[in-house]
Amino acid sequence: MKELWELYISFFRIGILTFGGGLAMLPMLKYELVEKRSWITENTLLDCYAIGQCTPGIIAVNTATFVGYKRKGISGGIIATLGMVSPSLLIITVVAVFLQALIGEPLVQHALVGIRGGVCGLMLNTVYMLAKKSLVNPFCIAVCAGTFLLAFFTKLPTVLIIVLAGAVGVLCDRVIGGAK
Amino acid sequence: MNQALLLIFEFFKTGLFAIGGGPATIPFLMDMAEKYPWFTMQELSDMIAISESTPGPIGINMATYAGFRSLGLFGGLVSTLSLVFPSVVIIILIAKFLDGFQENRIVKAVFAGIRPAVTALIAVAVIQLIQVSLFTEEAGGSVFNYKSGALCVIIFILMQWKKTKKLHPVVWFLLAAAAGILFQL
Repeated sequence: MKELWELYISFFRIGILTFGGGLAMLPMLKYELVEKRSWITENTLLDCYAIGQCTPGIIAVNTATFVGYKRKGISGGIIATLGMVSPSLLIITVVAVFLQALIGEPLVQHALVGIRGGVCGLMLNTVYMLAKKSLVNPFCIAVCAGTFLLAFFTKLPTVLIIVLAGAVGVLCDRVIGGAK
Repeated sequence: MNQALLLIFEFFKTGLFAIGGGPATIPFLMDMAEKYPWFTMQELSDMIAISESTPGPIGINMATYAGFRSLGLFGGLVSTLSLVFPSVVIIILIAKFLDGFQENRIVKAVFAGIRPAVTALIAVAVIQLIQVSLFTEEAGGSVFNYKSGALCVIIFILMQWKKTKKLHPVVWFLLAAAAGILFQL
């Protein structure tokens, strides 16, 4: 019971102290899990992280589940995940309540229009970074271009497009062994 | 169908198919904005700003916010739990049964296909986001809001510049908010 509580608290702390998830979380995970608690080794952490990236879902949550499971089995996996999402639930709910109360103010309206412009700039940057990281060979560029056309010009469900892309990856691996 | 069940279904689906973390959930959230009366595309843009500026994983923050906008406190809780449920099950199965999962050839091939596709899906989502954020619908059709457009371009360029690229997203949003108030966007 005490160990489960410690798992919850540790991941709660990781959740509340990380802005942004993904790679930004790695130093915090390392400090809390490897250096402070010595629950796992740094190599296991990197393994968890690699698995977290090639499974569906939020990378931070996947890592939390994996570490929690390694430590305390299924209940550990669930408790660590709940610890990880608790700060978001609390903070976002408070922010959402406040924003809803303020939304009618003209000042807030102007600020929000500005922020929406800023979000576009930030998201363009996200796409640019992702493209630099993921479009490393002609195969990737072809899949990306094909997906773009499908998603932009057809009404195919997103899920179907993702399944198709996975199938294309396997097919290319079988045929030319070239999907790297 | 019952709204709560729909919310559970949509976020479960997102958790199961959003591969590549937080930003990968955006195309799914966009589908929801189109299909359901829960939140608008503009609100989705606000959600992105808030999720990037508050602690916690971005994907979780967005799910909580989207759920809250749809069905209040209960919605926030339900959508977040539905989003993480598939990953918890999948990760536990992998941890229990599959050693070296990430080294498996088929797994590698599947993800080699999915990764560039996700980049394209997010790119399409960003184009839609730009359509609703930088254009205003008026009687004569949609009009480009050049002030917002300039703000978007300036922030993008500053994010490429060595001295400012490491700044936290919240800094950009505060600047954008100040510009919005100052220039009456």
